[in-house]
Amino acid sequence: MKKMSKARLFAAALLVCAAGAASAIELAAEQILHKGNGAEPQTLDPHKAEGVPSSNILRDLYEGLTSEAPNGDIIPGGASRWEISSDGRVYTFHLRETARWSNGDPVVAEDYVFGLRRSADPATLSKYSQILSSIQNAEAVVAGKLPPEELGVKALDKYTVEITLKAPTPYFLGLLNHSSTYPLHRKSVEQFGEKFSRPGNLVGNGAYMLKDWVVQSHIHLVKNPYYWDADNAVLTEVYYHATEDQSSELKRFRAGELHWTNEVPLAQVKWIRENMPDEFQVSTYLGVYYYGFNLTQPPFKDNLNLRRALTMAIQREIIVDKVTRLGEQPAYSWVPSGVYNYQTQVPEWASWPWEKRLEEARRLYKLAGYGEDNPLRIELRYNTSENHKKIAVAIAAMLKQNLGVRVNLINEEWKVFLETRKQKRITQLFRAGWIGDYNDANTFSELMYSTHGINDPGYNNPQYDALLDAAAVEGDFDRRREILEEAERLLLEDQPIMPIYFYVSKKMVSHRIDGFEPNIMDHHYSKNFRLLAE
Amino acid sequence: MLRYAFKRLLGAIPTLLVLITLAFFMIRVAPGGPFDTEKSLPPEIEANLNAAYHLDEPLIQQYGRYMLSILQGDFGPSFQYKDFSVNELIGSGFSVSLTIGGSALLLALLVGSTLGIIAALRQNQATDYTVMTIAMTGISIPNFVIAPLLILLFAVTLGWLPAGGWDGDGISKLILPVVSLSLPYIAYISRLMRSSMIETLRSNYIRTARAKGVAEHVIILRHALKPAFMPVLSFLGPAAAAIITGSVVIEKIFGIPGLGRYFVQGALNRDYTLVMGVVVFYGILIIVFNFLVDLLYGALDPKVRYD
Repeated sequence: MKKMSKARLFAAALLVCAAGAASAIELAAEQILHKGNGAEPQTLDPHKAEGVPSSNILRDLYEGLTSEAPNGDIIPGGASRWEISSDGRVYTFHLRETARWSNGDPVVAEDYVFGLRRSADPATLSKYSQILSSIQNAEAVVAGKLPPEELGVKALDKYTVEITLKAPTPYFLGLLNHSSTYPLHRKSVEQFGEKFSRPGNLVGNGAYMLKDWVVQSHIHLVKNPYYWDADNAVLTEVYYHATEDQSSELKRFRAGELHWTNEVPLAQVKWIRENMPDEFQVSTYLGVYYYGFNLTQPPFKDNLNLRRALTMAIQREIIVDKVTRLGEQPAYSWVPSGVYNYQTQVPEWASWPWEKRLEEARRLYKLAGYGEDNPLRIELRYNTSENHKKIAVAIAAMLKQNLGVRVNLINEEWKVFLETRKQKRITQLFRAGWIGDYNDANTFSELMYSTHGINDPGYNNPQYDALLDAAAVEGDFDRRREILEEAERLLLEDQPIMPIYFYVSKKMVSHRIDGFEPNIMDHHYSKNFRLLAE
Repeated sequence: MLRYAFKRLLGAIPTLLVLITLAFFMIRVAPGGPFDTEKSLPPEIEANLNAAYHLDEPLIQQYGRYMLSILQGDFGPSFQYKDFSVNELIGSGFSVSLTIGGSALLLALLVGSTLGIIAALRQNQATDYTVMTIAMTGISIPNFVIAPLLILLFAVTLGWLPAGGWDGDGISKLILPVVSLSLPYIAYISRLMRSSMIETLRSNYIRTARAKGVAEHVIILRHALKPAFMPVLSFLGPAAAAIITGSVVIEKIFGIPGLGRYFVQGALNRDYTLVMGVVVFYGILIIVFNFLVDLLYGALDPKVRYD
């Protein structure tokens, strides 16, 4: 039986090969990819980088210990294999001995140690060093209380890196493809200092290397001949174009100048759906769009009934169908669905029929002390943007229609808005959104920790904090998941936030690109793409 | 003449000082800072960042530091684009804006003056009305409407010209942005030229020339053109400074790495050094161009004499 199946497998494999050869896809003669990449990247120093535009490019220029498959699965990167100690705290990585920097130097364990230490060193001025906080002593190093050499990272020999964690961290392997954990070529960093990330100076270990950089226009990468897997990287050149204006980006795509856009203009989604549906890519994205209640000031302070009433009185389906219109998922919970090893917690009322929900919302609204003759008057703040405005108008209308709430819309320029929100003095109901940094519930849960810097509602429940503390040291991953799920249930009970929808990523991807797969982090590596002939 | 030039340049120094001072304190009044993001920073990192960029010092001390570095021609590092200094960003942005803006201005000057003269000579005839209608349309339809239409027609539909971008060689990438940028200027210049040409043609010396039987084209080109050009010239000074420092709209629509966007983005990102750099640079350009126009006035108009 076993033999039989093996033989069959072999036959099947042969057939596949034959079929592949027969219908061999025709590759374009010129393998040069042009991608729209949104705003100008702030830097190509992987440890100072922040924001999606930089990360997109750095993924081609560098490689972490782990990497990602086209579908988002964690796969070996700079390390070909690793072992994890039984207590889940010590990771031993075995590097690929064939890995080379773009100048031909071998990539060695010391390069990873140098990179991680530099990333944690407060003198580097990294804004993303919190990513490293699960590594032993990282927080003390970032705070300047311990020297970078005390970070729990060491080179056991030329090709072995050992990383010791503070506590077992189930998502740790996923962090190792984040740019703040990338290795650096020590010699060139020390030689060029601040200017090491410029064309001509930058030495990377990724599949592509930096050829040219015209600020506000484009970044030009060419294939790194020394990359360990260079034989499988088909594209010879990749252009990342700064495309701030979405309409113009779409026109450049239509004119055939771009194979890939960073975004699509919302106003033209209908047209795109009708005219180029095959190249329009929409997929789940790890992010939540929500409104926060300021819990430190009236009227939402100590007024759970009112917060609950408002949260229930919003018809999210209408917002995603009529306003955002991209197939976003209505959100009733905090952690997006699709997060690895996690079950999103949905409150019971979310599945009620609308009439029942509305009745309950009105009852709670009355209980909170408001009614027709005494309507609630609140300010809804959002940062200036056409889309945020549309959503705010819709929500204000729903609140007025369903509960009689009088909503005053206020928009503020981004930096002003961030400051008002942080101060928690004049905000009442405010817009917010969060895109996860890594594929784990914690990247959302931790936001509502009492002392967390982005806890702008001012949520402070010791019980919630205790649950997160417990999850942080829990070695049993199933148990940890249960704790985090319990924390989310508690959070939704307390309702410091009003979830509205879960984001989707949307872009145009030319039918000439082969190898594209959507994934929840929206991470893509140029080495996996090929350009087909017209 | 030299004394006049020297005096004018000396007089520009206090203007620049006031400009720098006002701009320096105004951008600091805006809420929020360069390092505010949706993410929260550990306090140690925030303190380090502020120290590295001297934002922890008293404002007046920062002002002094900034003035000193400007005197040495150094606009400092950019807060936003960490891999570049403000000098480098302005340098690369300006060369692009100068190319686009200079070509657009030249085009506008040639086409605009020609149209204006033709309209003046055919005053209140069909040609005049047609030119002026086109000019009015050019002034009232903004760039951000014209440019996408041009892209749609020439890049997407016909495929003759690139839709945007600044990669690749050749001048094809210049055509659409230059034409879009020059349209409102063509319109403005042709109107100016028309009205001042009409006025000049009515003056006594032209009548005298006509009475003497001088040929019409000689009257226009030799006698009327120079005085009729004066209003256009005074428009050109500030217009040149504005057009070669970049247009935010055109740069955004065509994805051109010019100077204009740095100003807007610098302000939005609270990139203090970048905003200041662009303000100072723009200020200097305006002063220089106004000065040049005044000198040209002296050369063209015998009624103006500097001593």
